[in-house]
Amino acid sequence: MMLQLQELISYFENSALADNIRENDVLFPLIESVHVVSICLVVGSILVVDLRLLGLASLNRSVSGVTRGILPLTWCAFAVAVASGSLMFISNATKYLENGYFIAKLLLIGAAGLNMMMFHAIGARNQARWENEARLPFPARLAGGLSILLWISVVACGRWIGFTMRIG
Amino acid sequence: MIDATISEFSGWLAATSLSHTIQTTGWVIPTLQTIHILSVAVVFSSAVLVDLRLWRLLNRDVPLPEITRRFLPAIWPVLLVLLITGGLLIIGEPRRSLLNSTFYLKMALLAVAIVLTAWLQWTLSSSPNFWDKNRGRRMAGQLAATLSIMVWCGILFAGRWIAYTQAG
Repeated sequence: MMLQLQELISYFENSALADNIRENDVLFPLIESVHVVSICLVVGSILVVDLRLLGLASLNRSVSGVTRGILPLTWCAFAVAVASGSLMFISNATKYLENGYFIAKLLLIGAAGLNMMMFHAIGARNQARWENEARLPFPARLAGGLSILLWISVVACGRWIGFTMRIG
Repeated sequence: MIDATISEFSGWLAATSLSHTIQTTGWVIPTLQTIHILSVAVVFSSAVLVDLRLWRLLNRDVPLPEITRRFLPAIWPVLLVLLITGGLLIIGEPRRSLLNSTFYLKMALLAVAIVLTAWLQWTLSSSPNFWDKNRGRRMAGQLAATLSIMVWCGILFAGRWIAYTQAG
């Protein structure tokens, strides 16, 4: 299983596409810029939902009212962030995998996803009954707070990758 | 002549003790950049959410003035955080930006974005249905929204490009 994954990664790393991203002077900064734009939209839009869960903003709107108007943007931006991030990754997969901040960033994104799923599975129980309140039940506030901390850490790791990767 | 003055100023700035501290304490620059990007996320997402509402793509059920009231006021204090972290980053590495035409492009685009955002906020606070009066107004609103998204994206791209165009 691990071996197959490694083969797959080196297949992509040796592809002409990865080679182009590595060698072209404009392509990498371009993909990086798209990544920054999309990650900013992910973090900034999810913050609106988190602040609602914490009872700090958008209090005149229900939780589902807020998420309906925000999450489509979050998901689109997340898709673009994953696509652009993957392109940067395959250009230097081996070096990224050796970078602790890169691994940490992936784990933190996983944790943010888990936090969201836990909220939907447990925290959002009886949501219709309380979602109009300003002060939400503890699990909802916890999910909002954790989400903010996790996404801040994701951005910090992302920036630290740039300072700890020494590529040619 | 101007270049020589800026270069001299950069040299003076780089010799200050504050600049020295920023340069020699390893975690300061990545931390400032992380705060800077998180602040960009807030400002950029707020603007984009209003722009998407002008395009009637998101939050169609929420009146436009309420959307601007919810998202645009947050921009101004966060912009201050951006100016402070950006200023400290310049003090730390003056030549990286002050002798870099990409930096001046970013500042010019920022000026446009500020005027555009302030104008959107002003029109809607003084006349709530300003962008809904007639078909022409609605199209003008979509045009302003498109311009806003493009200018903000330009700012983010230029910001990333500063790292690639700095004077040697």
